[in-house]
Amino acid sequence: MTSDIKRTIVVTGGSRGIGRAICAAFASPNTCIYFNFSSSQATGEETAAQVSAAGGIPRPLRVNVASEKEVLDFFKTIVDETGRIDVLVNNAGITRDNLLLRIKDKDWDDVLEVNLKGAFHCTREAAKTMVRQRSGRIINITSIAGVAGNPGQANYAASKAGLIGFTKAVARELSSRNITVNAIAPGFIETGMTLKLPEKTRAGIISQIPLGRAGAPEDVANLAVFLASEAAGYITGQVIHVNGGMYI
Amino acid sequence: MKIEDKVVKVIAEKLNLDPADVVPNAALINDLGADSLAIVELIMTMEEEFDIEVPDEEAEKLVTVEDVIRYLKEKIS
Repeated sequence: MTSDIKRTIVVTGGSRGIGRAICAAFASPNTCIYFNFSSSQATGEETAAQVSAAGGIPRPLRVNVASEKEVLDFFKTIVDETGRIDVLVNNAGITRDNLLLRIKDKDWDDVLEVNLKGAFHCTREAAKTMVRQRSGRIINITSIAGVAGNPGQANYAASKAGLIGFTKAVARELSSRNITVNAIAPGFIETGMTLKLPEKTRAGIISQIPLGRAGAPEDVANLAVFLASEAAGYITGQVIHVNGGMYI
Repeated sequence: MKIEDKVVKVIAEKLNLDPADVVPNAALINDLGADSLAIVELIMTMEEEFDIEVPDEEAEKLVTVEDVIRYLKEKIS
């Protein structure tokens, strides 16, 4: 398998939403796209089909990024099979929205475990390979909520703000090895996560967006592809917003 | 391969040096130009090569090439 692979891309939370669009956007011949999913409903089939349609090689695996053991096994598989990791996109994220006064410890912990600790687990493992190969691109999907805050999302906002600090520290640590680390902060994007909001809430949010519409997962995916490209080689430690002007 | 030779080979590779420059009394950081990340890489490579685990507090004491060789000899025997 190793001989045909020119590029190995790893996307966490790739079975749906923004993650699926990112997998599809990176898909091209001789590119192996590893993506994980953890939820029981997800199968990754749709993402795999989109990756294949673009000529890429999809490798869906069930991995809970909050589990150190599962992440170690995930990356061992990747390195054993392809011998390299060119791009890691830490996209896996969950919400357990509630007002602060009603957030249970478990809701806090679950969100931090997946969104922040999961990114830490994956970045640590990917960095071992990237440091050796003296190249790599790490892209963390944060959120407008991590920058501007959002009522009802104290846990989610904390995890996403944490991811920004993590991005900056790791960017500094790995820069000498030709590895760039950036964060993308999407605003209101049409995904399962936002579609479950009541219509009235959605309309209210969209009315606050200068461009007058919700974003598409592809809007985020396009930026991820750019940040992973040669053209973006001088960009590191940045948080780049994709939000239609929702936060300026 | 003897431990000494293996250590010199790994250090030379990681730091992009001529193995002849990797002499026993050379300090990894001050003489051979390793940075902190290179030291971590070096330790991780040794851990894999020799199937051992090097705790951080022990890794901190490894200043010269000789320190690394001596440490590994003790650890493996």
